[in-house]
Amino acid sequence: MARVADVVSETARAKSLLLDPPDWAGHLAGQHVDVRLTADDGYQAQRSYSIASAPEDEHLQLTIERIEDGEVSPYLTDDLHPGDELELRGPIGGYFVWRESLGGPVLLVAGGSGVVPLRAILRHHRAAKSDIPVRLVYSARTQADLLYREELESFDTVITLTREEWSGHTGRVGRDLLEEAAWPLADHPLVYVCGPTGFVEGVADALVAIGHAANRIRTERFGPA
Amino acid sequence: MPPISHGFHGRRTDAGERDRVPPGQYVTHDFPVLSAGPTPHTPLESWTFQIRGEIDQPKSWTWEELTALPSDRVTVDIHCVTKWTKLDTVWRGVSLDTLLDGVDTSAEYVLAFSDGGYTTNLPLADIRDGKAWVAYEFGEEPLEPEHGGPARLLVPHLYFWKSAKWVRGIELRANDEPGFWEMYGYNNYGDPWKEQRYAGD
Repeated sequence: MARVADVVSETARAKSLLLDPPDWAGHLAGQHVDVRLTADDGYQAQRSYSIASAPEDEHLQLTIERIEDGEVSPYLTDDLHPGDELELRGPIGGYFVWRESLGGPVLLVAGGSGVVPLRAILRHHRAAKSDIPVRLVYSARTQADLLYREELESFDTVITLTREEWSGHTGRVGRDLLEEAAWPLADHPLVYVCGPTGFVEGVADALVAIGHAANRIRTERFGPA
Repeated sequence: MPPISHGFHGRRTDAGERDRVPPGQYVTHDFPVLSAGPTPHTPLESWTFQIRGEIDQPKSWTWEELTALPSDRVTVDIHCVTKWTKLDTVWRGVSLDTLLDGVDTSAEYVLAFSDGGYTTNLPLADIRDGKAWVAYEFGEEPLEPEHGGPARLLVPHLYFWKSAKWVRGIELRANDEPGFWEMYGYNNYGDPWKEQRYAGD
């Protein structure tokens, strides 16, 4: 059981839970946890959430996007308060992770709340004082949907918006933007793509089409097909 | 029992479906996609399905040969380790019994291998006796690439990562060797009814 240290609003639909799990053995940037809720009659529901914090951070952070008809996320965003307890299992997943020994250069490509585990990678990269080049391409609907905006702008970040005209890039992450933002193919970049299924399929296909090696592209997908 | 999540009510599975949903799972009507890398697109002309390893004469079928074999239409419930369960999914594919017919092997395990480098390990007994198929249709349509097309393994009694997408064959093995997710902390066997999600479950 992890104690909720704080609940922070990130956007109108997303909140971060700052957690203190006892005896946490640490995690790798990019991993997730399972959250389990138990109703008073013993009914249980579990979901997986990516870890938003770096291993070096003080609290374990999850950022939860509230899904309107969701079973678990509305409880996490609306009903949890500092001091509450939350049942966690993890960390889980050993493939969609980055640590310095994996090298780079690293390209991170996020669609929507897919930015959460990639933000953990950026924070870890900074905390580890790595000099491996790392860049984030982040697609969101509007500026109001951007998670961790101020923090991400302190990294090498390219933002594109799909539903709002603004001074920066607009439109989906396609071949053009990837060719512009990706590291030279000769450097064998290591690419992490996370987002809804359609986004990840599109980005991964485009990366392969412009010559990235399939075995250097790691993906994590969520949501229905 | 773990402490109560006060204020959490949850969404109960319908009574009629409850005994079909393993512990910790919820029913979804979508078909979520999970895979570790880009979706491979192998042309059918160069596609083969192989049985190799502990076998005197390795066997191989082209796409045309495999899809010409007798096939089964199976309706099964599938369970993903990421907690979703999908009921009454309809597939068409060739039973592994058909492919293993006449194969004399001392192997007790198999390692399924796929385009893109994915692997997963299973006891040989778990793909025999009507328990596994090489499936190439889903819902009466050709299996879409993002769901593992042109063909995936279908082993519905285990968590769905054992149903290798983009499968290209099985290697018969005397010894068990962990596959891709099994090396990254997931359970070696993956029985959803025993909730064997991760190593040590």
